[in-house]
Amino acid sequence: MDLTAAESVNPLLPPVGEIIVGLITFAILAFVVMKYVFPVIEKTFQARREAIEGGMERAEAAQAEAKAALEQYRAQLAEARNEAAQIRDAARAEGQQILEELRTQAQEESARITARGEEQLAASRQQVVNELRGQIGSMAVTLAGRVVGESLEDDARRRGTVDRFLDELDGMSASTPAAAGTTGGSTVYSPEGDR
Amino acid sequence: MTSSAHALSSVLAVESDPGGGFVSPTIEEFYPPSLAEFSVLGIDFSITRITVISWIATAAILLFMVLATRKTTLVPRKAQWLMESGYSLVRDNIGRDVIGPKFRTYAPFLGALFFFILANNAMSIIPFFQISPMSKFAYPLVLALLVYVLYNVVSIKNKGLGGYLKEVAVPPGVPIPFLVLVTPIELLQMFVIRPFTLAVRLFANLFAGHMLLVVFSLGTVYLLGKFDENFSVVFAPFSFLMALFMTFFEVLVIVLQAYVFTVLTATYLNGAVEKAH
Repeated sequence: MDLTAAESVNPLLPPVGEIIVGLITFAILAFVVMKYVFPVIEKTFQARREAIEGGMERAEAAQAEAKAALEQYRAQLAEARNEAAQIRDAARAEGQQILEELRTQAQEESARITARGEEQLAASRQQVVNELRGQIGSMAVTLAGRVVGESLEDDARRRGTVDRFLDELDGMSASTPAAAGTTGGSTVYSPEGDR
Repeated sequence: MTSSAHALSSVLAVESDPGGGFVSPTIEEFYPPSLAEFSVLGIDFSITRITVISWIATAAILLFMVLATRKTTLVPRKAQWLMESGYSLVRDNIGRDVIGPKFRTYAPFLGALFFFILANNAMSIIPFFQISPMSKFAYPLVLALLVYVLYNVVSIKNKGLGGYLKEVAVPPGVPIPFLVLVTPIELLQMFVIRPFTLAVRLFANLFAGHMLLVVFSLGTVYLLGKFDENFSVVFAPFSFLMALFMTFFEVLVIVLQAYVFTVLTATYLNGAVEKAH
């Protein structure tokens, strides 16, 4: 378009050719941009949003996991404490029991030792008494035979004399241990007196 | 030949003018000589430097957008971040806030509009180009007509032809006698004035901006060569400062008009997708 022709031109009445060129220019841009550029950006926005949401979800999951682990540890700790207390109680009870047992055992042992000692004592005493009784009998007879000078021919008489003598002896020994406070002596000898 | 150089040559030509006065730029500014002319199906096509500028602007923004989103990452690099921020502005601050829940369908179109207008507007101050294709009425008109077709089609699809016409012609809450006045105005507004003002607003801003820049630039050149008894030459720096100031003002206009055009488109689409009251 030359300049002289332009003088008469109204700027608000553009030539059709220019409109078409403008339309094509814009159409190309609009097509490419609406098909290849903006969808990509939309997709990026979407991906970014998802990434952020996913990250938040992951963080939440991790937090929940940590919380669960903490709970578990706490439970285990409480359990362990409980167990320790139980073990301590059991040990204490056991110790008590052992002590009790030992005490009982010791008492039994001492009782047994005492009983055996008394038995032995009683048995030796019995033995001594028996021996003495035999010796004293024969000694007394011999002595009496010598002192009196006569032989006691009659058995019955002799036995009567001995018994009398022994009874006298019993009476002597009975008064002596009673004075000494020995209870066992009289119970041992008293049946002899009835013989 | 750039438009400024072209203007400069005409100014230098003025020197031989008998009066020797300042010849202000005319509408010829917007009708540079054709680089190529041809005719297809009886329609004359004339490729001028302004046409080429629109191709360069469109190709540049297109290339940037495609390259910036070729390999997207969750954590964006500079170009991708810039692109995402730009698209977010259109998608969220214009699309979602104005159109409402159905914005996803229209956000890409709004984005295409915004970036096309922005890139072409920007040509008005980029050195060596220094004229915006948007100061040619054909370009804003194309966009306005597309928007016009879009919001009418969406309206008819959503409300039916009858419902749409009724909603426009008989606005709710208007007393019936007033409809005599209101109905023609509303119909005229919806079907004639809207697309026209949409196109003219963008066109006129860029047209006037270019004229202002040319006037002060030529004024500077003219005053610099004017060593007369009135000391006209001392006013050359003021003319230059004014040209500089108007250039910064033009930056504002470039972004604002792209934004306004897109917001208005979104507003019209909002009216189209909303159910009848």
